Amino acid sequence: MAFLSPQLPSTEEYGVLGEFDSPRSLYRACSQVRDAGYSRWDAHTPFPIHGLERAMGLRDSRLAWLVLALGLGGAASAMVLQWWISVHAYPLVISGKPFYSWQAFEPETFEIGILGGALGAVFGMMAFNKLPMWYHPLFASKRFQRVTDDGFFISIEAWDPKFDVEGCQKFLREIGATHVEVVLR
Amino acid sequence: MTQTIEDNARYDPVDGRAPLILGGHDFKSLTEAVARPLESKTPPGWWVVFGISLSLLTVFGISIGWLFWEGTGIWGLNNPVGWGFAIVNFVFWVGIGHAGTLISAILFLFRQKWRTSINRSAEAMTIFAVMCALTFPGIHIGRPWVAYWMFPLPNQMGTWPNFRSPLLWDVFAVSVYGGVSFLFWYVGMIPDLATIRDRAPTKLRRMIYGLFALGWRGSMRHWQHYEKMYLLLAAMATPLVLSVHSIVSMDFAVSQLPGWHTTIFPPYFVAGAVFSGFAMVMTLMLITRSVFQMKHIVTTRHLDNMSKIMLVTGSIVGYAYAIEFFMAWFSGNPYERFVFLNRALGPYAWAYWIMVTCNVVSPQLFWFRKCRTSVPILFVLSIVVNIGMWFERYVIVVTSLHRDFLPSSWGYYVPSFWDISTLIGSFGLFFTMFCLFVRFLPTVATAEVKTVLPEADPHFPGDERVIERSDLAPDGGIS
Repeated sequence: MAFLSPQLPSTEEYGVLGEFDSPRSLYRACSQVRDAGYSRWDAHTPFPIHGLERAMGLRDSRLAWLVLALGLGGAASAMVLQWWISVHAYPLVISGKPFYSWQAFEPETFEIGILGGALGAVFGMMAFNKLPMWYHPLFASKRFQRVTDDGFFISIEAWDPKFDVEGCQKFLREIGATHVEVVLR
Repeated sequence: MTQTIEDNARYDPVDGRAPLILGGHDFKSLTEAVARPLESKTPPGWWVVFGISLSLLTVFGISIGWLFWEGTGIWGLNNPVGWGFAIVNFVFWVGIGHAGTLISAILFLFRQKWRTSINRSAEAMTIFAVMCALTFPGIHIGRPWVAYWMFPLPNQMGTWPNFRSPLLWDVFAVSVYGGVSFLFWYVGMIPDLATIRDRAPTKLRRMIYGLFALGWRGSMRHWQHYEKMYLLLAAMATPLVLSVHSIVSMDFAVSQLPGWHTTIFPPYFVAGAVFSGFAMVMTLMLITRSVFQMKHIVTTRHLDNMSKIMLVTGSIVGYAYAIEFFMAWFSGNPYERFVFLNRALGPYAWAYWIMVTCNVVSPQLFWFRKCRTSVPILFVLSIVVNIGMWFERYVIVVTSLHRDFLPSSWGYYVPSFWDISTLIGSFGLFFTMFCLFVRFLPTVATAEVKTVLPEADPHFPGDERVIERSDLAPDGGIS
């Protein structure tokens, strides 16, 4: 399935991977990579480092808009469903109350709204991040396994217009990488 | 390698406060500490607890099997008490779950960093408690094979549910709550599942954990969406959890029965739910941290904080008991007055005073620091509180029903053997699930705990703070 596997650059290499020894040095290095004008690169960390998205020059996540849309959509469809059932499909007279008692329909409207928003948040995150993606060239690096433990990495991908294998390795070393390697695709 | 901090108390914003994580941990040793229970040989203590839990689960299975075969007549229900153990247990278990969401969502919004050590197991507890809770409405309807009638599904009879009924609100509230809690718990675990995947010694293990880790590779671009998602889920779970027990309370409050028909119920139920849930988190954490040697991650400071929340919520519950009596007198309604005098002095006075002793008197010990930090006292109190909270629901359900408007229809409800076996069996389901969880999944949110260490801050050690051009974000702000 095409959407579950990564898009790969046409070159022999996937990119260059540099390891850093602490959140502090990664943070410094990220701002330097950003200022050097790279566009297709990424930082990899075992936990979210706050402020790093600024150092990388990333724009804010737009997930909230999707969640808002799905939350409101869920709420609206719950209200419409209850109205249709109570007024048209199966009208029940209970203590002479109106068929369309919207006050009593609020709890379900709220719950289904939350359900829509929560599903939107989780599946939206997966879609934005292109997850699940069980295979990725970076997994071939033995060192990269430490990214979920205590390793801090910067990867510069081969389809970056400024990419060149030698130059990028040299650059990563200059900005403080303790170990640099080439990752094949 | 990252710097090892021998004593991170120095970096706490409040002088002299105990650090959240003890024992001079760095990132690597934290991973080790959390992954060890999953990777080492099963401790004998686990087999003992699992064996007992599994036996109780069998009791649950037999009780439900006999119920399905014979019908609800095996329970002690009759007129006038038509709601007995099944509803009491349902409300009890839903309430237990609420502390998990409180810890994972509300404390997250309030930026309470101490939650990171306990949030994973509290969320797991929520899910297992909701599983137990959902069983009871499922089995007490008498004809469980038509349980789908509760949902708005097209059927051959052309009937639809009545959306003006709080009982139907309850179906939606608890199902959505279970579903959203599960999502919250699972997505919170993805980075930690990836940690276990990357440490796996065998290929099979790597594949199984890798399947559920979805190929997580710690990308900062991913973390950005991920953190936004986590914040949004927390923001939605907070009103959700408050709505769930409010709606559960409306099952009672919307009826006309004295003792149930009161507007105080929603906040009173929510406070009680959080109270009992924290007690259950306390019980579980005290066992887990000692069996799996995690006393430096779940520290005395965590226990202290949890006790304080129990003191607050316990006091709210005590206040609600008092206000119920005041309102019964102040309303001038003779039926209302009778119900409350009957609660405290009638045939169920024993249950009422057990409730008051466990829920109002016993938490007062938490005023004392010695009690908040003593493991044996906390363990006993946490169980006492849950006994009390179970009796609270028993008192509300049974004492209100057993003597209503007409003295000729009064009665005295006695649970049958099968009522009690089903209650005990539900603990089997809960603890079996929890045992499997602590054995096979990361019990502490490792990625989140690491952010609590001072060296996780990119500006650590913070003695020099030079703003360079490269520190300026594209929008001109200082990052």
